Amino acid sequence: MITVENVSKVFTLHNQGGAVIPVMEHAALSVEPGECVALTGVSGAGKSTLMRMIYGNYLAASGRIEVGGLDVVGADPREILALRRHTLGYVSQFLRVVPRVPALDVVAEPMLVVGMGQEAARARARDLLTRLRIPETLWGLSPLTFSGGEQQRVNIARGFAHEYPAMLLDEPTASLDGVNRETVLTLIEEAKDRGAAIVGIFHDVVARNRVADREIDVSTFAPAAA
Amino acid sequence: MTPLLSVHDISKHYGQRIGCAEVSFDLYPGEVMGIVGESGSGKSTLLNCMAGQLAPDQGKVVFDTRADGPRDTLIMSEPERRMLMRTDWALVHQNPRDGLRMGVSAGGNVGERLMAVGARNYGTIRAKAIDWLDKVEIDEDRIDDRPRAFSGGMQQRLQIARNLVTGPRLVFMDEPTGGLDVSVQARLLDLLRSLVRELGLSAIIVTHDLAVVRLLADRLMVMKSGYVVETGLTDQVLDDPQHDYTQLLVSSVLQV
Repeated sequence: MITVENVSKVFTLHNQGGAVIPVMEHAALSVEPGECVALTGVSGAGKSTLMRMIYGNYLAASGRIEVGGLDVVGADPREILALRRHTLGYVSQFLRVVPRVPALDVVAEPMLVVGMGQEAARARARDLLTRLRIPETLWGLSPLTFSGGEQQRVNIARGFAHEYPAMLLDEPTASLDGVNRETVLTLIEEAKDRGAAIVGIFHDVVARNRVADREIDVSTFAPAAA
Repeated sequence: MTPLLSVHDISKHYGQRIGCAEVSFDLYPGEVMGIVGESGSGKSTLLNCMAGQLAPDQGKVVFDTRADGPRDTLIMSEPERRMLMRTDWALVHQNPRDGLRMGVSAGGNVGERLMAVGARNYGTIRAKAIDWLDKVEIDEDRIDDRPRAFSGGMQQRLQIARNLVTGPRLVFMDEPTGGLDVSVQARLLDLLRSLVRELGLSAIIVTHDLAVVRLLADRLMVMKSGYVVETGLTDQVLDDPQHDYTQLLVSSVLQV
């Protein structure tokens, strides 16, 4: 479902003396449907960078990244948009939403974009928010007014709303308490059971051991010192 | 899929000065494209060339018309182009005064566009006007007031209602949220997002506000001195900018 082959990444900072910083070389991984692969490595090793390249958020300098049959590296913006709408979900560490939009609509939106009916989408959104213990009194309010943990949970509800065949999870259990962490892990297990291919970053070792089938150490993709 | 709008090699000079140069791109149905760049970079010139407000020196602006498929709008006859402006296209001006009839009531402003495409029943027109005023959150009891009596933000929302009432397929917007206070801006962003989703409308939005494009646009075009220096997915261009000017632009934004 997700295949990364021989991918490299270079940052060129034009406004800081044109510094060229190679950060990754020969990155490779492959994830089958129903499998969860955890990216590991110290902070700064390039876990998020690799994940963002898979999402098409960062441009890979070379190599091939295939998700659901589309090569993300050479794809047109509209192909990547369609991929993100239907196939590839991404739960980032931060919630980014239009101000003033109620939490319920924020969660329902990914389902509405793929053509689900208003009622069905809202029903599932309510179900997810309940499972993630967002009090019903908050559903009509913009999540931008919520606490950090609540925002993270709304973000997760939104990420799991549409049943994407491939998912990227960046620290999904960070800043969550025990019960909610358990819910999120269950959501991940359910996604695996329905056949989703998942790439995750988990600093929480217990969580990682529970949901990840394999680990890939991203620091092995560090460029050789010149 | 046929692009809704296909722009080929548009250039416009003002004497010796470059307005915009060699711009080409395709826009597909349901896509929102943002055009960013500093003031004077040619964003508005380009928008006006595409929207039929300004004649470019060269190039083609091919629109996929309902009746005849792709047509170059620059060589269309004037009545044809006017018809397009009233039906499938909408242009939201930066200054609502340029897009509204200031001496006509709010309801009249919205109804006028409907009448231009042949609506004649007063009751239907008024009902539709009320419906659209409600969509842009203007109270029904303001329908007979003139835009002059409205605040700037309300005028901008009225301009959007006037433009969208005929169900256009392509909307050109020049700084639609410029000059509005932040709470009104948020309301407008939300409105535009849901219209794009529900009506499947495509839009080209010129702005200098990177936060606005991040929330609204799928794709981004960065302009400098009349040329397009970078294009791509909005979040990719903003998070991993490749061109030195884009890097400067992105790093210059104040964090809130």
